[in-house]
Amino acid sequence: MLVHSRTGKWATWAVFFVLFVPLFAVPLLVILAASFTTNWSGAFPSGPTTKHYTAATGGDSLQALTTSLITAVSASLLALTIGSWAALAAASMRRRGRRFLDALFMLPVAVPSVVVGLAVLVAFSKPPMLLNGTRWIVILAHTILVTAFAYSSVSAAIVRLDPMYEQAAASLGARPGYVLWRIKLPLLLPSLTAAAGLCFALSMGELSATMMLYPPDWTPLPVQIFAATDRGSLFTGAAVAVVLMGTTLLVLLGVSRIRTRASYR
Amino acid sequence: MASTAQPVAPGITATKKPHRSTGPSGTTPPRAPAREARRIPRFVWALPPVAVLALVFLYPLALVVQQSFSPDEGGTSIAPYGDVFASESFRSALTTTVWLAVGSTVGCLVLGFVLAMVIAFVPFPGGRAVAKFIDVFLSFPSFLITLALLFIYGNVGLANGVWTDLTGASKGPFDFLTTPWGVLLAEITYFTPFVMRPLLAAFSQLDSAQLEVASSLGARPARIVRQVILPEALPALAAGGSLVLVMCLNEFGIVLFTGAKGVTTLPMLVYSKAILESDYPAACVVAVVNIAISVGLYSLYRMVSRRVGA
Repeated sequence: MLVHSRTGKWATWAVFFVLFVPLFAVPLLVILAASFTTNWSGAFPSGPTTKHYTAATGGDSLQALTTSLITAVSASLLALTIGSWAALAAASMRRRGRRFLDALFMLPVAVPSVVVGLAVLVAFSKPPMLLNGTRWIVILAHTILVTAFAYSSVSAAIVRLDPMYEQAAASLGARPGYVLWRIKLPLLLPSLTAAAGLCFALSMGELSATMMLYPPDWTPLPVQIFAATDRGSLFTGAAVAVVLMGTTLLVLLGVSRIRTRASYR
Repeated sequence: MASTAQPVAPGITATKKPHRSTGPSGTTPPRAPAREARRIPRFVWALPPVAVLALVFLYPLALVVQQSFSPDEGGTSIAPYGDVFASESFRSALTTTVWLAVGSTVGCLVLGFVLAMVIAFVPFPGGRAVAKFIDVFLSFPSFLITLALLFIYGNVGLANGVWTDLTGASKGPFDFLTTPWGVLLAEITYFTPFVMRPLLAAFSQLDSAQLEVASSLGARPARIVRQVILPEALPALAAGGSLVLVMCLNEFGIVLFTGAKGVTTLPMLVYSKAILESDYPAACVVAVVNIAISVGLYSLYRMVSRRVGA
């Protein structure tokens, strides 16, 4: 306890909420409020309506939602496979090899996502690997961007694993493949699902690389939100944003439920 | 995000210490030597993911570097670099990017330190809910903040609406969203949680008895903060701050949604050169400069966070 007097405490909390509420809580509430509004020129929004949601859950926006979901799910699964494979391989290597893999797989975090988009665009716009104009180029870019996060989550979890289990299994004669499949992966399952949730959330909100790459028939939700606000329909944009946030939260909630069940296994 | 043990960004994983039972610094325990002989070497298992990454990430990056040396007229020269460095738009983008990133980082550090300290050391009911809210906040994309700011401080928005209602003026005073200050506000809002997370983790390991002792010996809160809490928080501040600096340098969504002509950062310049002007060599030059700055800073961040054990 840092502040002991009653008035001091209340003053500190007042300062906290004066900073916290306008900066962090109000923005999200404002988006939610705006999505139900026809007009906002006074202090409060006016003209309650749900028509933005009709627009946000039908036609182009519905298409964008499924696009985003497919992209995010496939990118997360791919990233999880590559990332955890690399993390498992790194964990079994010596110090130098592990640091090399760490640096290599964390590099996509340091490179700006716009540049990742540009690089993918430059590399896959010509034969033999002509992906430009297809959905695969978006999925590929998302995979590159989220692999680093899958890798770092899984390798942090591997460090926390108790080596006793695999040693015990190996001393009883289990082959490395069997140890991996029956001991390590089940123990890592909670972290794997958590990493999948993280990748999914990141991919759902990815805008920078997507703006460089998306073909006209594959526009994810963030691009849709940008298109709406860019042509001035801010309130529709807000409704689509609420759909984006809601979907992300729902999936994260589902993923965290899987995790709690797995950790009691 | 649901759990505090899960890293939202790389490097912010200091919530749990590894509990390896063997070996210093978490080295893998020795395996049975008899089986070692006929097994394929370990690095072979790392080859498939490395090959995939090389094909889809390193090779494209190499192409970007190559393209930055190939002007449209053909051949290899450093002419694109000369052209870009001489252009006014590049120089102003570079200064804007750097000062915005530095300014946002300083803002995030100060704000994050104050907020995390209140949550940790002046606890109040609902503090855990606030910490949870911050985790959720981190899983949303950055451009939502700019979108929200449009409703709060935009031409027709909350703040200006309150002002015109109160004073009867025809226009409100808030008109900074399309200036760099709007971007600064959005970046501080979005990235402060990235500083608070490692700070909260560090504070949870600080023994509160230290604070009680200092306070019973007569230290005022300001002195406790300066001499007890701040030294303890420095590693987390350094790690979180350098991560935020890199992320601010790379931020694109916030700037794009601001829609300000006057605010051009390096990622924005890459986008406009490549997509709007189709000037790929110039875009690649800007990209190479951006990579150099960000990767340099990121390596520094990795070094700092490894040094302090975060």
